[in-house]
Amino acid sequence: MIRYARLLRVQLRASLLLAMQYRLDFAIDGLMSLFWTATALVPLLVVFGQRTQIAGWSWPEALVVVAWFTCLKGILDGAIRPSLGNVVEAIRKGTLDFVLLKPADAQFLVSTARFDLFAFVNVAGGLAILAVALRKIGRVPSAGAVAWTVLLLAGASFILYAIWILVVCMAFVVVKVDNLSYLFASIYDAARWPSSVFRGVASIVFTFVIPLALMTTYPALAILGKMDAARGVTAFAGSLVALGVARVVWLRSIARYTSAGG
Amino acid sequence: MSAARQLRAVPTLFRVGFAEAVAYRGEFFIWILSTNMPLVMLVLFREVAREAPVAGFDEKGFGAYFLATLIVRLMTGSWAVWEMNADIRSGGIAMHLLRPLHPFVHYATDNLAALPIRALLAFPIALLAFAWVGGGHVATDAAHWCIGLFAIFGAWALTFAAMLAVGSLGLFWESSLSLYDLWLGLFFIFSGYLMPLSLFPGWLLGATWWMPFRYTLAFPVETMLGLESLDQSLRSLAAQWAWVASLLALALLLWRRGVARYSVFGG
Repeated sequence: MIRYARLLRVQLRASLLLAMQYRLDFAIDGLMSLFWTATALVPLLVVFGQRTQIAGWSWPEALVVVAWFTCLKGILDGAIRPSLGNVVEAIRKGTLDFVLLKPADAQFLVSTARFDLFAFVNVAGGLAILAVALRKIGRVPSAGAVAWTVLLLAGASFILYAIWILVVCMAFVVVKVDNLSYLFASIYDAARWPSSVFRGVASIVFTFVIPLALMTTYPALAILGKMDAARGVTAFAGSLVALGVARVVWLRSIARYTSAGG
Repeated sequence: MSAARQLRAVPTLFRVGFAEAVAYRGEFFIWILSTNMPLVMLVLFREVAREAPVAGFDEKGFGAYFLATLIVRLMTGSWAVWEMNADIRSGGIAMHLLRPLHPFVHYATDNLAALPIRALLAFPIALLAFAWVGGGHVATDAAHWCIGLFAIFGAWALTFAAMLAVGSLGLFWESSLSLYDLWLGLFFIFSGYLMPLSLFPGWLLGATWWMPFRYTLAFPVETMLGLESLDQSLRSLAAQWAWVASLLALALLLWRRGVARYSVFGG
């Protein structure tokens, strides 16, 4: 355990050095992240300019969903996508072999290989949006609500990570999956809206195939004090199951892996 | 190298581009699936228009708008800027420079050759949309459709020329893709991709007429839906092609300057 904590520190330091080396890129990328966050707010502003409530959500409540959307986007772009994007490349080139030879868990190594630190600007941006939203609603969340929120956000990160591991595992079978990451990013974009907006067919696709509701709507409900315990526990348990499934699929993929061209 | 000889190479380039598009059809299909934003917005705005129409759009009106948006986007999307960036970084650009053909011609045919497959995928959606919307929300006269076709081609040309310009900047500047990101962000807001532009407050709507973005999407969409009057559409068409010409001129200039100082990447 201590060994892995130390490994994580080394990997983080490498990412930090990389970021410091390309300072201008670092600044530009950070600014671009903020810019994207701002553009994400525009449709919301326009929609709520027309209506005071949409699918049972008021403007500040929907803003809470956007806040979690932005935070999770920061985690996704900062901690999950960069390293796992590298794995796809490594599988294609055959350099994954070097990772597999190292005396540490391969999944841990590939998952922590790179962090894009600028993307964490989004986490700060999301928290700022949250503060504005809560001020508008005029309520301070209770300690219990905060605890639920943290738990559900952790669950949301687990699900994002699990989906990404599954995408990477697909790279062992079909070589080119860069596109899959675009597809996933485009579907994740829909998570900025409260899940009750999607009715009928859309709701089935978004809640069951890609559990978007779990990612942003549930944590939003939790901090608004509208989450019941049973649903929260189920959601968190579900995210743990997703992690387990991802682990099993990863181990199987590795076991069958015969290096590039094999 | 005369223009006539360059043109003679075009059919072959088309064949190669088409073969590539067919070879990577799986990848292509995923790329098309990731253009799902208009469908999300469709669901959302139908919800908004459930009680009463918004800015003249009722539920069906939004349905027609976003399906048309999806079709135009699928027909006019391009990836030249990423291709150029990869070519410049990897040195693959050297191969294009050796050929007795302007590299822009190669990127253009590469893009256009993929169109038949894209049209094949967009066409069923178009039919579905028509069945659903039932004619009440599309232009009924030939003149609108005629302008609409030119508008779609112009939308592709504008997007493509902007990509060439930013791509050529890659010869000077490593982070030129960030600039394209900026373009893309502004495109999302000001092109009518996320919402009909008529939902904007008046002053912002006025500003969109002076930006290139509405001519890459909202203009062809609104023309085909018959939302623009005929002489307004004609004026938009003129503005669109003026943008195409100026961006293309800029791209050619940047390319010439860039190649003159280019040695290899990092050099």
